[in-house]
Amino acid sequence: MSAPTVHDGSTRTVHDESAPMVRAEGVHKRYGKLEVLKGIDLTVRRGSVCCLLGPSGSGKSTFLRCINHLDKVDGGRLTVDGELVGYRQQGGELHELREREVAERRRDIGMVFQRFNLFPHMTALENVMEAPVRVAGTTKAQAREEARHLLERVGLDDRAGHYPAQLSGGQQQRVAIARALAMKPKLMLFDEPTSALDPELVGDVLDVMRQLADEGMTMVVVTHEIGFAREVGDTAVFMDEGVIIETGDPCQVLVEPEQERTRAFLAKVL
Amino acid sequence: MVELKTPRDTVSPASGHPVEDLVVVPVRNHGRWVAAVAALAALVGLVGSLAKNDNVRWDIVGDYLFADLVFDGLFTTLWLTVTAMILGLALGTLIAVMRLSPSPVLHGLATFFVWIFRGTPLLVQIIFWGYAAALYKYVMIGVPFTDITFFRAETNSLLTPAVAALLALGLNEAAYTSEIVRAGIQSVDQGQTEAAHSLGMRPALTMRRIVLPQAMRVIIPPMGNETINMLKMTALVSVISAHDLMSNIQDVYAQNYQVIPMLVVASLWYLALVTLLSVPQAYLERRYGRGTVHAQHVSPLRRLLGTAARPLRVKNKEAGR
Repeated sequence: MSAPTVHDGSTRTVHDESAPMVRAEGVHKRYGKLEVLKGIDLTVRRGSVCCLLGPSGSGKSTFLRCINHLDKVDGGRLTVDGELVGYRQQGGELHELREREVAERRRDIGMVFQRFNLFPHMTALENVMEAPVRVAGTTKAQAREEARHLLERVGLDDRAGHYPAQLSGGQQQRVAIARALAMKPKLMLFDEPTSALDPELVGDVLDVMRQLADEGMTMVVVTHEIGFAREVGDTAVFMDEGVIIETGDPCQVLVEPEQERTRAFLAKVL
Repeated sequence: MVELKTPRDTVSPASGHPVEDLVVVPVRNHGRWVAAVAALAALVGLVGSLAKNDNVRWDIVGDYLFADLVFDGLFTTLWLTVTAMILGLALGTLIAVMRLSPSPVLHGLATFFVWIFRGTPLLVQIIFWGYAAALYKYVMIGVPFTDITFFRAETNSLLTPAVAALLALGLNEAAYTSEIVRAGIQSVDQGQTEAAHSLGMRPALTMRRIVLPQAMRVIIPPMGNETINMLKMTALVSVISAHDLMSNIQDVYAQNYQVIPMLVVASLWYLALVTLLSVPQAYLERRYGRGTVHAQHVSPLRRLLGTAARPLRVKNKEAGR
């Protein structure tokens, strides 16, 4: 078990360009008796794409959700851009933040879900405008203009007035990406973004993600798309049963893995 | 496209008839016709006997249908229904949120409230509020266990029959509404809250902008029921003579003994109001149904006018296939 290391007051924002965007140190998480994460150590460099792979139940989605505090960490430290997420460190204790403060920190972290989770009572445009207007306090006119621009970027400017139910899965997921981007996040989390899509629609979503990676966005992607991880990923992380089995260059980890467990998994999915 | 042309496409194998000339004949429901005729005959008989029955005294119904006394009562009934529903909905939403709160105290208090107000008869609650002065002669607001008081008044002057009726109906309604709202909130997918949180929305904002608007779809139909129920339940407050429609009708038949005609007057008005109430419900359902697959883009009024013709058209379409 890792007791949080004491950094006397060094958890304040540093914005050091060379500092990692995400740093996990001995992250533990349990649901009742079940230990889902058994000490995760991981750093994600600024501007890099980190792909998390592994069988279902390996804890990769849980880890991703811990990064923006949708799931609470039980032990260890997790920082995004040098700031603890969901906690404040005082000496040797991590104090949980108030909802308001957590919300404040989540603004900088965009998240895309497996089931899209678009707001069904709003049009595509309204979905993208919602957070800038209600959270960031942007004027409606400006938010609308930016939302249109974002929808154009994901190739859906002609679907702005459609409700989610009128869009295909792939279109919904691209709106969801635009919605997350509307808050101008410095980190994007993707939780199996293509797993709920028809095979023919996967490509469009991956194209948008590839484009985003090319623009230098820092991304953590939980995925089963080995091809995407190999092509776009800077790092591939293979997880199983709550621990990281293997980390490294995707071409290495996903082609010539060192660990037997990774090889067995790849043999099954490829 | 490859077009397959086999003999089966043009000639049915059984009889040799060309396929496109085959006619689909729906099942003939002779029994249904007999039942319909019998039911209609019974209805005509009943209406006819009522119309011809001298004991109904249609002349008295006509005399009182638009009487000032009836309009006064009608106004109180409407006013009571609207305010009691507003009180019920506001308090009920608060109770629902309290019941979903992680705090055991808030949850417990909300559960206790629902237990009390749903567990005792409304009639008892109405009489209780009407006679609250027998329990507390004065209403005082101050610091408990000290002599400091900020406000003091006689219970009877505060709790007029109308206020007592409003409290009884509103608090009772809140208990039921809270369960409806709770079911509505719980029907919204957890992923919606997570998505809102991931965008940096706070819990209160998430509830107001994301969860409640979606919960409304589930909440409105039973709330429509509740409103209609409320309109009719206001008749119960006649026991504390709150001068609603029913109280005034009772006052009249206590003097002229024309019970049946006066009840017909009351029924006609309740029926008319309930009919009117279903119109805003349809509009609200359309408003909060936005984005659903079943969202209707025709106005409820047109739908109402169109329903008579539509089933027929659908049937024809099916028969023609």
